[in-house]
Amino acid sequence: MSAAEPVIEVRQLDAFYGRRRILHGVDFQVMPGEIRVIMGASGSGKSTLLRHLIGLQRPHAGSVRILGTDVAKAGPAEMLALRRRLGVSFQGGALITSMSVGENVALPLREHTRLDENTIRIMSRLKLEVVNLGGFQDLMPSQLSGGMVKRAALARAIVMDPKLLFFDEPSAGLDPVVSAELDELILKLRDALRMTIVVVTHELDSALKIADTITVLDQGRILETGSSVSVQASNNERIQDLFHRRPRPVDVDVDEYLRRLTQEEL
Amino acid sequence: MSLALQLVWRLGKRSVDGVRGLGYAGALLVESLWFSVAGFRSGQTVRFAAVAEQMRQVGVDAVPIVALLSFTVGLMLGIQFVAALGDFGAESQVLMAVAKSVTREFGVLITGILIAGRSGSSFAARIGSMSVSQEVDALGVMGIDPVRYLAAPALLAMLVMLPVLTILANVMAILGAALYCAPVLDISPTVYIVQTLNLLEPGDIWQGLSKSVVFAVLITLVGVSTGFGVSGGAEGVGRATTRAVVYSISAIIVADMIFSFFLNR
Repeated sequence: MSAAEPVIEVRQLDAFYGRRRILHGVDFQVMPGEIRVIMGASGSGKSTLLRHLIGLQRPHAGSVRILGTDVAKAGPAEMLALRRRLGVSFQGGALITSMSVGENVALPLREHTRLDENTIRIMSRLKLEVVNLGGFQDLMPSQLSGGMVKRAALARAIVMDPKLLFFDEPSAGLDPVVSAELDELILKLRDALRMTIVVVTHELDSALKIADTITVLDQGRILETGSSVSVQASNNERIQDLFHRRPRPVDVDVDEYLRRLTQEEL
Repeated sequence: MSLALQLVWRLGKRSVDGVRGLGYAGALLVESLWFSVAGFRSGQTVRFAAVAEQMRQVGVDAVPIVALLSFTVGLMLGIQFVAALGDFGAESQVLMAVAKSVTREFGVLITGILIAGRSGSSFAARIGSMSVSQEVDALGVMGIDPVRYLAAPALLAMLVMLPVLTILANVMAILGAALYCAPVLDISPTVYIVQTLNLLEPGDIWQGLSKSVVFAVLITLVGVSTGFGVSGGAEGVGRATTRAVVYSISAIIVADMIFSFFLNR
């Protein structure tokens, strides 16, 4: 792959949840080595976009290419090969609760490589050191604090040295100090391991600190993509609402309102 | 909407949901078996360690309770048959009645119901809580197929352990009956057991064992598919667990009746 080719290329992606349309013709590109932050209010479709990017949902219409693989057309073998090159850190960590932290981090190595036990142990401990969890490998996920769970999940996400790392809400539910530490960690990872990183967040401070570029999603449409400075300077009203924490005006459609109140149950 | 229309709507929805559930369970069965046989070719090997761990949880850990309850059921059957057949002066037929009813029906049914309560519910609860906490998604994006990792080991373990537990239940139930009936019949328990062994035909044992294989499939599929279908947080997990137990026990009993009908014609 040449350096100029995008790592992620999404074209005209539509997504539906039941009859509700979540994404409207989204175009989205991420270049290698970039830290891209996807921002948006709750319900803006950012989680749905993420689920498409990590291959949990196949596109309904439009195309999603990740690391050169078309997710819609890839067979099981291609998807597996793609997944080995992706790392995902979920919002709640999603560590397997019946396994210790060390086993969780070692899981992808155990399943996808033929390394011997010693190598696996050393490699997974190495990654725990990277996320500052050295020595915690024998604890169970339930014994960890919120910030530690996120870091352990990050260690598991990077254990296969992925080219592309996804991070869902790194700072959700964490105190400002721990959240700032995670931001540092993300920057460190990009510089040390040369990963392309996509972070989904609604935390403004954290987004501005780590992002090379920011994509703002609103109601299933991309409002703007650009460097953090240019997005901040944008004169789009919805973006300014998001950046200045202004509540949205509530439109009231009287007919629609009355219809909702009087509609019979199905 | 009128009441009649609502009823029809509900009936239709239930039917569609039912058919969808059946289809999903069928797909799970096929996929699990496929991964077990040919998964290693696509990098989705079903690990022996995972199967062994499931076998311990499903089988070995259930040994005390299966042994105890089937012993008790055997004892109860002995008491009932002695009382009922005694009315006709046919106590000597107790041996035959116990031997056939235990190996054909009660051994496998008791085991099936116990394992549905123990393991069917635990499959649903474990996989359900993993779905809720995104662990199933996490497995997926790590390139570990959730069906291969969670469903296939459970199915293989059940396919091995349910017949084994059924044999244990048969032995314990006949032992229980022997302890009560032998004194009544004026023979020693050893003689009772030897006579039982002489009476039993391989077909009796096979009838129980073939049912146990079907029960294993039913319990696993119901538990695993309700687990994967969980939505709605902790409450959803609780509902799924209850549903898994009720559905799998119902499925077992209906399947048992159908089997008995066709095997004894």
